[in-house]
Amino acid sequence: MSVLSHLDALESESIHILREVVAEARNPALLFSGGKDSIVMLRLAEKAFRPDRFPFPLLHIDTEHNFDEVIAFRDKRAAELDEKLVVRSVADSIRTGRVVLRRPDESRNVHQSVTLLDAIQEFQFDALFGGARRDEEKARAKERVISHRNEFGQWDPRNQRPELWNLYNARVASGEHLRVFPISNWTELDVWQYIRRENLAVPSIYFAHERLVVERNGLLAPVTALTPPRAGELAVQRSVRFRTVGDITCTCPVLSDAANVDAIIAETAVTTVTERGATRMDDQTSEASMELRKKEGYF
Amino acid sequence: MTATLTRLPAADTLRVATSGSVDDGKSTLIGRLLYDTKAILADQLAAVARDTSRRGGEGLDLALLTDGLTAEREQGITIDVAYRYFATPRRRFILADTPGHEQYTRNMVTGASQADLAILLVDARHGVVAQTRRHAALVSLLRIPHVTLAVNKMDLVGFDRAVFERVRDEFAALTHSLGFEGVTTIPVSALEGDMVVDRGTRMGWYTGPTLLELLETASTARAALGPFRYPVQLVSRSRYGERADSRGYFGRVENGAVAVGDRVCVWPSGVTAQVAQIVTLDGTLETAGAGRSISLILDRQLDVARGDLITHAGDAPYVTDAFGARLAWLSATPLDPRRTYLVKHGTAVTKARIAAIEDRLDIHTLHPVPGETPLAANDIGRVRIKAARALPLDRYADVRATGSFLLIDEATLATVAAGLIEDLPRG
Repeated sequence: MSVLSHLDALESESIHILREVVAEARNPALLFSGGKDSIVMLRLAEKAFRPDRFPFPLLHIDTEHNFDEVIAFRDKRAAELDEKLVVRSVADSIRTGRVVLRRPDESRNVHQSVTLLDAIQEFQFDALFGGARRDEEKARAKERVISHRNEFGQWDPRNQRPELWNLYNARVASGEHLRVFPISNWTELDVWQYIRRENLAVPSIYFAHERLVVERNGLLAPVTALTPPRAGELAVQRSVRFRTVGDITCTCPVLSDAANVDAIIAETAVTTVTERGATRMDDQTSEASMELRKKEGYF
Repeated sequence: MTATLTRLPAADTLRVATSGSVDDGKSTLIGRLLYDTKAILADQLAAVARDTSRRGGEGLDLALLTDGLTAEREQGITIDVAYRYFATPRRRFILADTPGHEQYTRNMVTGASQADLAILLVDARHGVVAQTRRHAALVSLLRIPHVTLAVNKMDLVGFDRAVFERVRDEFAALTHSLGFEGVTTIPVSALEGDMVVDRGTRMGWYTGPTLLELLETASTARAALGPFRYPVQLVSRSRYGERADSRGYFGRVENGAVAVGDRVCVWPSGVTAQVAQIVTLDGTLETAGAGRSISLILDRQLDVARGDLITHAGDAPYVTDAFGARLAWLSATPLDPRRTYLVKHGTAVTKARIAAIEDRLDIHTLHPVPGETPLAANDIGRVRIKAARALPLDRYADVRATGSFLLIDEATLATVAAGLIEDLPRG
């Protein structure tokens, strides 16, 4: 019997986790943003449950600060799969007063937590699948595959359930829920290799394209209607791609000529900067920013 | 070594767990391993340098790479497992950096239960301490295939061979009573890098492998051999193919292998059937080995549900509701023999009672102490369990997947113990 290839082993482990949680949860959902990790998650859900329908809806917490290409891709993919997509919007949370902004143009990334927790309450979800990976960030590296959240949606990193062998305890009391990360053990490079192997479509902004950017704090900030150049900044045209897609106000592209998945894999293998280090302004505010956000219910 | 070479994954993956007492330098060792294999990227390095100087230190405090929680950085200790991923041209690694503090032993067990190789660290100045004994006992209990003793902080004892040999012999005496075979002992300085990735120049008297050489050559064969074990996770609601009654049983091969045409038996009912098809989204397979998630289709309609175990017909597990097991108690709330607990075994969950507590391991002598004292946090002891229904069991020593279980507190739903099956009735 041959040993599984490394992608086969990762895939099989993720399928196992998806199936375990579906079996033990009462009402799960899968977070789908249209980004590369959640695209892989959808493929894994197909592998885990076809020929059946998915035993959960797809859920997107929309900041309405997303790139148009990503939202179009999100809707197209859900339709192709013929699965139910639920969208809840941070803008609605702002309209109803659940989220109060200090500045109208501030990043809505952190405010997703409120909208997410409200959606969990609305639908009484008890388990949410997400495409977070442990290689992304040092607080994520500390997280269990199945992460328990209390009735306020909070993570208690000092008191996590032990996770032993391949036995997962997915039980949860009423009002509490689980965040489940089936691709915990995947790296950015694994994700791209899997996208190539499975021939998965991704939004066009992952590939190199010409875009107006400004240099800011050592990163390239995209010039968009939501993020115009600030005083004294010079907008320049560059060949860039996004390594991660998220809230426009805090997601930055990198310089790149990688026009296809093979070229992205080659670039990822030799990069000297992590995915989040190259792309996320919100992680650079303090050495514990991700941990703090997660304790408040962030994914 | 170029960055390309270091990060393109090789074919196989070694899972490694570190353990040892507080301040033995585990986080620093992992930081060193990552740094010297060039697995740390520029922005991570810049962050470590920034955080080091913010704390009044100089240069790079490599422990800050893995101690990712605020409380860990404040207290300078590791509280929970951090997972790190890196690759050399020879193989891919998943490193679990586990805590040394006794209070967080549950997190050490979390990191170690999946490991192919355990690195036990000791401080060369202190040698074997109580926590080394506890971790050695857990590593032995979990039957982690490879054990390495890293005698760290050799820089603080002048790279003295006699100090290293004294610690090595002390540990050998300890592991002899635990039944370890083939422990490799390596002198290292995680702080300065000797014998981690590079040999350095100050311990020419040591001729064995460096830590990385050892990690690159340890074997990873697991679960591929032995009896076929397939816990049923879910039953597909769709029907496969033309047969009106062909249900797919979703699951993963946890041990051994299965082939189309094999005669199989479903437990605990004991009914038999033949494997008609092995299905994946990518098509059908003729055989499926350990670790593969599949759908299994049998040649006849049976009452099969989640929690059942499928095996080969001639390779039966023990089906019993009473068995002896070793428990590693992981909860701050002690075992209460008056209560019932949930046992999660494979995909089955059933109620159970602790019928008897037989002994408890004395962590200083590593000998069992007979007596009925309820197990408390971090205790390891032998118990007899009575389950509400019969379960298909194996000894942990024979089949890890069907020889292990969780105990779950019915009230809090927390995982309170790791269970390893030892004693099954004959016949």
